[in-house]
Amino acid sequence: MKKEDIPQDLTGLDKFTKEVVYATDSAGNYTTELSQGWEVKAVALDITWKDIADRIEKAKQKVLQNEASPLLYFMELRLMDMGILAAYTGFWKWTIKQHLKPIFFKKLSEQKLKKYAEAFNVSVEELKTMNVHEA
Amino acid sequence: MFMKHDFKHLQSAHCENGVTTNLLNNIGVSKITEPLAFGIGAGLFYFHAPIIKINNGPFIAFRAMPGLIFKRTCDALNIPVVRKKFATKDSAQKYLDDCLESGMQVGCQVGVYYLTYFPKEYRFHFNAHNIIVYGKEDDRYLISDPVMEEVTSLSAYELERVRFAKGMLAPNGQIYYPKEATIVTDDQIRKAITAGIKKNIFYMMKIPGNIAGVNGIAGTGNKIKKWKEKLGDKGAGLYLAQLVRMQEEIGTGGGGFRYIYAAFLQQANTFHAKDELLEISKSFTKSGDLWRDAAVQAAGIYKGRIGSQADYNVMGDYLIEISAIEKKAFQALEKIKWNS
Repeated sequence: MKKEDIPQDLTGLDKFTKEVVYATDSAGNYTTELSQGWEVKAVALDITWKDIADRIEKAKQKVLQNEASPLLYFMELRLMDMGILAAYTGFWKWTIKQHLKPIFFKKLSEQKLKKYAEAFNVSVEELKTMNVHEA
Repeated sequence: MFMKHDFKHLQSAHCENGVTTNLLNNIGVSKITEPLAFGIGAGLFYFHAPIIKINNGPFIAFRAMPGLIFKRTCDALNIPVVRKKFATKDSAQKYLDDCLESGMQVGCQVGVYYLTYFPKEYRFHFNAHNIIVYGKEDDRYLISDPVMEEVTSLSAYELERVRFAKGMLAPNGQIYYPKEATIVTDDQIRKAITAGIKKNIFYMMKIPGNIAGVNGIAGTGNKIKKWKEKLGDKGAGLYLAQLVRMQEEIGTGGGGFRYIYAAFLQQANTFHAKDELLEISKSFTKSGDLWRDAAVQAAGIYKGRIGSQADYNVMGDYLIEISAIEKKAFQALEKIKWNS
């Protein structure tokens, strides 16, 4: 890529940081330049987050219809798969699978609920109600 | 507590290259630039994991496993390295504090999900980010994050949280740094460059199957042609978006690290004076350009502007062409007769 072809799209990245890109100068030698963003990848990120929002909403509906426990909602909200949640809580994956079912979730001890709440960075009350107030 | 040292923050494209370069500069090894660290560390790679998914999409990597660039670069230059993981958060913090107190700067592997200075949209459960902790003021650790323009800081709690992020590649508080100041001669760098290139040839050319190296790139190309039918338009679009994100996200220098590798070969030429290196560098520039053209094609699909099977075929063919170009480039590197 030539230096003058480095995209400088306004994508919101610049509010965070500009990034270093390697490109060639007029003599063909490599040099570095800052880029404030590229629309192609900004959209890639954007549709990824839209999909995550969809998943969160779907999970919420499932919980409200009593098809899944709130764990499903929070796993989507915190982008956690079974492996990550297992690592944060110390529960086995098959245990989590059980807790994803509303009848098992309702029987969870305060202590176990606390472990989940900590992993999701919410209070036990928020965990039960899905009522989260994010800053 | 006040511990602050002369530390020169240097922004780089990729975090691990940056940490490596900055840590080496700080012990007096000043000739190792980001491209040299990347090339000597045999950082260029391609890997498309079968079955495993990450964030509901394909697991694709454009560079070597995290940690390898620092390790290989220091090994090749005979720089002794200290690397430590910790069982408890307290021992991890204690060790870090002791390092800082004795005036050392250290590399830390961290997860980005709870990395507070990253904006929310960049925070995934990615645990192989690298930063330098270079000092401490009161309760705040002074942080040099190589992908950022400026230095920043984290509270003890914030740092602990990212050092003990969980999931794939969990850092376990991992800390690493060159053990002592060393003198590195040009001749050592020359040899390290040769060794790095040979290692990279191996990883890009000699792994059997179609998931890694140049064959892996073509493998993905062939898979992409089937994505529309297999995943539907929305699913396939999300897969392509993930490919583009891995390829172009902050830290790659653009074109899935291919431009950094092209820059490395140019710099290698200043140590080896082999004109072939300049020619082969151009092949990697071409490859990087094609990766970016492919990203534009992918964006057309995930934006819904295009999306016929023919469009997926064009997308897949880009990767098959890239695979052929990189294969030729590595074959050319293989033919170079090195003096050292």
